[in-house]
Amino acid sequence: MKTYYNPEDLGKFSTMGEEAPDLWDAYMNYYGKVFEDGALTAREKSLIALAVAAAVQCPYCIDSYTGGSLEKGITEEEMTEAIHVANAIRGGASLVHGVQMKNIVRDMEL
Amino acid sequence: MAATVALGVALAATVEIPFIDRVDEDNRITRESLEILQVNVGAKCNLRCKHCHIQAGPDREELMNRQTMQACLDVLDAYDFKTLDITGGAPELNPDFEWFVTEACKRDVTVMTRCNLVILDTPEHAHLAELYARLGVQVVASLPHFVQKNTDNQRGDGTFDASIRVLQWLNALGYGKGSGLELNLVYNPGGPFLPGSQDQLEAEYRRRLQAGFDIVFDHLFAITNNPLGRFAAALSAKGKLQDYRDKLVTSFNPGTLPNMMCRNQLSVGWDGRCYDCDFNQAAELPCGDGRTIFDYRDAAQACKPLDLKRSIEFDGHCYACCAGSGSSCGGATG
Repeated sequence: MKTYYNPEDLGKFSTMGEEAPDLWDAYMNYYGKVFEDGALTAREKSLIALAVAAAVQCPYCIDSYTGGSLEKGITEEEMTEAIHVANAIRGGASLVHGVQMKNIVRDMEL
Repeated sequence: MAATVALGVALAATVEIPFIDRVDEDNRITRESLEILQVNVGAKCNLRCKHCHIQAGPDREELMNRQTMQACLDVLDAYDFKTLDITGGAPELNPDFEWFVTEACKRDVTVMTRCNLVILDTPEHAHLAELYARLGVQVVASLPHFVQKNTDNQRGDGTFDASIRVLQWLNALGYGKGSGLELNLVYNPGGPFLPGSQDQLEAEYRRRLQAGFDIVFDHLFAITNNPLGRFAAALSAKGKLQDYRDKLVTSFNPGTLPNMMCRNQLSVGWDGRCYDCDFNQAAELPCGDGRTIFDYRDAAQACKPLDLKRSIEFDGHCYACCAGSGSSCGGATG
């Protein structure tokens, strides 16, 4: 194995149902419902999915939801902004944990 | 299943099942009566779009002559077609196009012309927009995307701005406002992916074009790119042709079969040869009966009109019309 990530593995996703078909079916049903038009449009959900995919650094999901977003007519500009949102939250999450550092520093002060 | 589709998961189409084996007997033949006579008046075009299955361009010389156009009009008179669908190339570049469309509009049929918009932004052809309005011609206009970068990338620099100018002008002439002058737009993907929901794309087009350019239109047709001609060459150059074909095969939707456009039309090439559709023209796959528009015309003039019902010629490219939500010259079919 030259790499842990192989694009062809995306096509094998459904093999995760082989040993646990009930769990797989339940997940698939849930997944399908999540991405239907609801209070949010399928278009908006696709952008959220792309941003989360970038945040969790899932190459399969980035592949799928970039393609899915293109199919919905979503522009590169919109996708770029969505990923900046993910990045802002990731960066902010690191920064705000700095407060814990500060709390400990204060606690250590005599 | 829905999630599988959403994630783009599909079994690899390592062995492509012949398309005809996917089609039940009923859908291998056309309907009893056909509504649409589609006429390709030539491959000459002012643009060289990356997705063009015809490989139309300024260097193409094939043009339908007036004699063949007259045969098409005679067939319209003798048979029960409801719609004349004129396509190309850029139909406007055929020197007899103006005569043809004027004569066609004297008939009791809907006359539609497929327009790349940019051609109407040229001084030589600008007057045709007013002619369309005067004759009540339905305009089916290509606008691959509502964003300049995407449209220009597919059709050439400056095409988006020119298209917007022409759409605004068509609106000023009364098109797209529900007054009987119908203006429909055509979306097609900018790469090897399928169109999403036609309804959602139409809503987004409507919102963007209204807000950005004060443009209105009637309907949006989302058309799947067919891996033929220039689009096939572009995919091949990037090593993506087989992946795209596999995507079409694995996205096959049997629910689209009854509404395949070939079942409801006769397609005429620039030289009068008959086909099941414009894609079969690009694939050089004429109707199995070998008929030309002259055969239909001559038979009718001899008071023995030919039966329009026929067997359809299929090949691998037909998967493009039956993938996902389906695709036709009138948009989604599924």
